[in-house]
Amino acid sequence: MIRFATARILSLSLSLIAASVVVFAVVEVIPGDPASYMLGMNAEPETVSALRQELGLNGSIWARYFSWATGMLTGDFGISYTYRVPVSDLIVQRIWVSLPLAIIALLLSIIIAFPVGLIAASRRGKFSDYSIMGATQMGIAVPNFWFAMLLVLVFSINLKWFGAGGFPGWENGLLAGLKALTLPAIALALPQASILARVMRSSLLETLTQDYIRTARAKGLTRSQALRRHALRNAMIPVLTIIGLQFSFLLAGAIIIENVFFLPGLGRLIFQSITQRDLIVVESAVMLLVFAVIIVTFLVDLAYAAVDPRLRKS
Amino acid sequence: MKLPVQLILGLFLTAIFVIAVLLSFIWTPHDVSILTIPDKLLPATDKYWLGTDHLGRDMLSMLMVGARTSIAVAIVAVGIGIGIGVPLGLMAAANRGSFLDEIIMRGNDLVFAFPSLVIAILITAVFGPSAINAILAIGIFNIPVFARVTRGAALSIWTLDYILAARTFGKGAFRISAEHILPNIANLLIVQGTIQFSLGILAEAGLSYVGLGAQPPTPSWGRMLADAQTFIYTNPMLAFLPGITIVLMVLGLNLLGDGLRDLFDPRIRRQRE
Repeated sequence: MIRFATARILSLSLSLIAASVVVFAVVEVIPGDPASYMLGMNAEPETVSALRQELGLNGSIWARYFSWATGMLTGDFGISYTYRVPVSDLIVQRIWVSLPLAIIALLLSIIIAFPVGLIAASRRGKFSDYSIMGATQMGIAVPNFWFAMLLVLVFSINLKWFGAGGFPGWENGLLAGLKALTLPAIALALPQASILARVMRSSLLETLTQDYIRTARAKGLTRSQALRRHALRNAMIPVLTIIGLQFSFLLAGAIIIENVFFLPGLGRLIFQSITQRDLIVVESAVMLLVFAVIIVTFLVDLAYAAVDPRLRKS
Repeated sequence: MKLPVQLILGLFLTAIFVIAVLLSFIWTPHDVSILTIPDKLLPATDKYWLGTDHLGRDMLSMLMVGARTSIAVAIVAVGIGIGIGVPLGLMAAANRGSFLDEIIMRGNDLVFAFPSLVIAILITAVFGPSAINAILAIGIFNIPVFARVTRGAALSIWTLDYILAARTFGKGAFRISAEHILPNIANLLIVQGTIQFSLGILAEAGLSYVGLGAQPPTPSWGRMLADAQTFIYTNPMLAFLPGITIVLMVLGLNLLGDGLRDLFDPRIRRQRE
């Protein structure tokens, strides 16, 4: 396990370096001169050169990459050009909306998908199975941001149970914050739960055809007993994969959903920064998202190896 | 042979959209490039079958023309994924375990770390928003998907006897990949293509919704939803129509993909018969 973990950590570091090179190249090398890009066409040459100085654009590409990458490692993301505050401060403020949103949505998706997938698998071919499969087929086809609008229409406008958007801030109490994140989290979670429930069902059905399940049935267990005691754990590996993949979708989805509910999260920061051509903010925020995806993939790999010793060899 | 129910339903839904798009090139109920402000925000009438939007444009015509954007973006993005991903996957499989295989697979992992929204954000931050960005972002995201599916399927075909036979005839890796591997994994690629197509429609809608995709005045479903959000209190139909259109299109494609998979996969077919 230690050898496996070391190898994975090595490949994790390589992925992070490669990803940072890609992000740096797209944002700082492809536009030519980021300073004149950020200031627009009508900028005075003196202003451009002052910004070049401020951004440290006068060094070689390698020196710039190196100072950017080491800066990120120490938590120094540079200074936002439009907000005039450290980018790390901006991101820390916003991440406390986006990250809880993605995590709540992930938990919600798991809480919904597990029982639903289990019911569908144990009642295969029956009416409840067909209804669940039909409902999840619809769930997959629904764009989460549109579903979010429907939720606003029903629960905010008609029933007035929730506000239609905005975020009170965590300092105004956990409950108020959670309430503001409820509809966005449901909107994010439901399409993902549909996918997860289907994976759960097919993985369980696949496991049920294994010999050890026949043995369990032969010794007198009913179908659902065999399912609960033997199939469930073994069916978890594909489900874990999908949960890992879903986290990156949820994080990206959170960025879009924030727009529906006017939540002051990472997504709104990114879109505002794109409009204001604040490349420094976009660069750091994107790097952070990619970083999160790579770390989650790494954790899922470790989780597999912990669940299934056979996977440690490959 | 009995056709799967999903296949028929999927074909039916997809056909409606294809016909609507083709029809939109020769006829739409109204011209979407003309703004009729006095007719804005009308409910469904004899003149406007699905009502009008905030600029007095006919919703049905907007949906028909918007379908072009969605379908064009998704098709080209799938094309990019197949065009680059499949050859990469075939190369990786033909050189299994080699340095090339390793490079291709690690490259895949790297691209996988960038969700299509993140790619779109990067491209837009540097080049400004356009439908091309959406195509590129979704297309790049599709490359590792097809590369992986191709490599996995090709690897299992490489172990078969007829490949060995082809090698004894002196065929090289390239000819074997093109003449024997590719035709045998084509079914799988068609199914994956349908799935990526439907994901592309969803992704395009999301990107245009946040302003990273097709720009006004080009009608697109995501853009229509973004516009409708302002009027959700007074005219919820404006938000309902493009949404349900996306759902039906994606549902149709997913059913089509499932149906094709059942049709191609004899194991599932036997179970049904």
